[in-house]
Amino acid sequence: MADASKLDKPGRRDFLYIATGAFGALGVGIGVWPLIDQMNPDASVKALASIEVDISSVGEGESITVSWRGKPVFIRHRTAAEIQAAIDVPMSELKDPETDAQRAERPEWLIMVGVCTHLGCIPLGEAGEYDGWFCPCHNSAYDTAGRIRKGPAPLNMEIPAYEFLSDTKIKIG
Amino acid sequence: MSGHATYVPKSDAGKWLEKRLPIISLMHSAAVSMPNPRNLNYWWVFGGIAMFMLIVQIVTGIVLAMHYTPQADMAFNSVEHIMRDVNWGWLLRYTHANGASMFFIAVYIHILRGMYYGSYKAPREVLWLLGMLIYFLMMATGFMGYVLPWGQMSFWGATVITNFFEVVPFIGDDIRILLWGGFAVDNPTLNRFFSLHYLLPFVIVAVVVLHIWALHVPGSNNPLGVEAKTKQDTLSFHPYFTMKDLYGIVLFAIILFYFVFFNPNFMGHPDNYIPANPLVTPAHIVPEWYYLPFYAILRAIPDKAMGVAGMFGAILIMFVVPWLDTSKVRSAKFRPAYRIFFWIFVFNGLLLGYFGQVSTTDNFLGIDGITNLIVSRFSTFYYFAFFVVVLPLLGLIEKTKPLPNSISEAVLGEEGAAEEAADLAAVDAKA
Amino acid sequence: MNNLSQNITSVIRKTALALLIATSVTGAAFAASKVEGAPEAEHVDWSWAGVFGTFDRAQLQRGYQVYKEVCASCHSMDLVKFRNLSDAGGPEFSEAAVKALAAEYEIEDGPDVEGEMFMRPRLPKDAMPAPFANNNAAKASNGGALPPDLSLIAKARGHYSFKDLFMGRDGLTGGSNYIYNLLVGYEDEVPEYITNADAHFELGDSNFNNFFDGYKIAMSQPLYEDSVTYTDGTVATLEQQSLDVTSFLIWAAEPKMEERKSIGIKVLLYLIILAGLMYAVKRRIWENIKH
Repeated sequence: MADASKLDKPGRRDFLYIATGAFGALGVGIGVWPLIDQMNPDASVKALASIEVDISSVGEGESITVSWRGKPVFIRHRTAAEIQAAIDVPMSELKDPETDAQRAERPEWLIMVGVCTHLGCIPLGEAGEYDGWFCPCHNSAYDTAGRIRKGPAPLNMEIPAYEFLSDTKIKIG
Repeated sequence: MSGHATYVPKSDAGKWLEKRLPIISLMHSAAVSMPNPRNLNYWWVFGGIAMFMLIVQIVTGIVLAMHYTPQADMAFNSVEHIMRDVNWGWLLRYTHANGASMFFIAVYIHILRGMYYGSYKAPREVLWLLGMLIYFLMMATGFMGYVLPWGQMSFWGATVITNFFEVVPFIGDDIRILLWGGFAVDNPTLNRFFSLHYLLPFVIVAVVVLHIWALHVPGSNNPLGVEAKTKQDTLSFHPYFTMKDLYGIVLFAIILFYFVFFNPNFMGHPDNYIPANPLVTPAHIVPEWYYLPFYAILRAIPDKAMGVAGMFGAILIMFVVPWLDTSKVRSAKFRPAYRIFFWIFVFNGLLLGYFGQVSTTDNFLGIDGITNLIVSRFSTFYYFAFFVVVLPLLGLIEKTKPLPNSISEAVLGEEGAAEEAADLAAVDAKA
Repeated sequence: MNNLSQNITSVIRKTALALLIATSVTGAAFAASKVEGAPEAEHVDWSWAGVFGTFDRAQLQRGYQVYKEVCASCHSMDLVKFRNLSDAGGPEFSEAAVKALAAEYEIEDGPDVEGEMFMRPRLPKDAMPAPFANNNAAKASNGGALPPDLSLIAKARGHYSFKDLFMGRDGLTGGSNYIYNLLVGYEDEVPEYITNADAHFELGDSNFNNFFDGYKIAMSQPLYEDSVTYTDGTVATLEQQSLDVTSFLIWAAEPKMEERKSIGIKVLLYLIILAGLMYAVKRRIWENIKH
């Protein structure tokens, strides 16, 4: 079956095969994208990406937990003592150094995603060595600004994007 | 023709694996070195196309299942959620819905090709049986899939089909209740249909593997129906048939995606965009188009039990075709009389499909006094007569045309075949 | 070889013939059921029909106005969210406009911290408001007839014909022509062609419509001239309002149509080029091989 005429113009033959193969591979590559992208958050999930919370009923020393993007968000109305304790901590003692001012736009309101940065458990409030939060899963302790002080967690608890729409209303996300 | 494994692993890793699990050489002999008759025409690409469609259906189906909710109150809206909110959801669902139709088109052509060229005859009976089993599983899968969007046609289609089982003597009623998980089609029915709709395609994949295995043993039939005997009768599967199949698949994909992008609802039914309502039956219940011929047979027979038996019989009779056909000659190319009956059979099938979706009491083609029902009975009669009368008798009385000695002789002429045989011998000698 | 290709051609010819017959049979059957003298349904030349068709944004915005001011008093549209009104390929209201449109309606939310349900203005994420609490309430207020949800009505009333197979006519054209003709097809009195065909025709409590199956429709004529006042200065004739709201309903049923068609053109072009390349590859491989 092998004959000489086939071997005459190897360059053009190869080019055709390579071009077709590449063009086909390109199509398969692009065609796979919808199959992957469908797993990304859909339009209805994205529409819920921001929530508005009324904080008028949260008194000093109280906290509420709201659900945002399927995760708990702690909103704590801190006492003056808690704020002072957080400010007094020297940066050198912190594993993930952040000042209290960086953590709370208005000092009396600490708003953070209530998920331990170790493996995703939800820490308990007003507990632990530093009277902040304490994660029962692997004993990570956070201070009154939600900063990691002790235990396996590597980072402070996350501060979500939020803004005060008024003194009693915040928008998270 | 089973001794054509020519794969020799070159790398050490390849040798290591080959000793322990010769899977690469197995695949190599099935998809690369397998000798195929050189004279296959384009009707032979539909096997590859059907396989491609099966993959498309499984891949799109798995991702759709990530967003679908098989619960009677939520199913309809979850499908619309896919259509409206999920990234590319409309594309995935339209591809899956139209893909089912195109899968059936490919398989119908594949089956008719087998019937035209006598591909079911010895030694390929098991190959045919496995193919029919795939077809049967496809019908079940397609039916249950159509129920999932939980529209009006879904619901009432499910009701009609499950009611077939009532005709089973003594236990018919119990079977129905068992299928429903209640006293009518309802949430439990939807849930189990979803489970089975997810399972069956993988059963189909398993049977497809057996189907390919059974093809591998005797090799492909061909348009002449003469067995490949010598080396010059065949070409290796790769690159000759892989590239031909791929070309066919791309052409077929153009048709599939024309429907997906520009006419995605053509093959569906408008009523399925109305949520299921157990208290209101649509004016005309019409199954998916690929069941229409069988639905026409059901409606043509006046008795309920006989109608159901006729409908299932119409599918089951296809399984025994290898033993109904008495002709020694495979290809219709050399069977002038069979060719005529075959094309009438194809046309009759289309006609039955037409009868499956029109009102039985209307006049056929507007001709006074001749209802669709009457003509559909003739069609039903021919459908069965083709299998139980034409196939057995025609083989005994038909005068067939003379067969060529070999594929290569028919393709190359006597001289050419001799020449190529000498060439091949020289190549072998060198090696 | 020649035999073979002749064989294929004859097979193709025969199949085509069979299909043609089946098609014409279907056509004849559909044409059969029509009363003599009935007006012909109008086939509208929609801007969004065809392979390259797109919606007219201003028309969709006007259509929403018609829906909101007229249809919405009886018909719900559960599957359409306010946020969809700003989606690409739709009416494309600005996000601020959508927020304002949504806030015109309230929705029950809750429970709040005290466990009470409360009302709040709708947000873009919320669905369009339904006029009735449930189907039974809807029936009770409409003389026993249930006004269907309009989210998918354009696809649920689509009548697909073989003509729809070509030029991306989509089947949507069938549904849209039906809705348009229905909206403009009301008659105050039963026309003569009906009484001529059936002297005993009784309208009862229903309304007469030239294009409704059986001519008797529970819904009274919803649109008249100037039923709405368009803000963009378009004259609100009955026809104009019907065209606008029909286009809006098509969009509501098929919100991804523009995306679908524009991607479709690219995909088909790609496949056609790939088919050409594959044909060349196949030819190269098979050249000098008789088969």
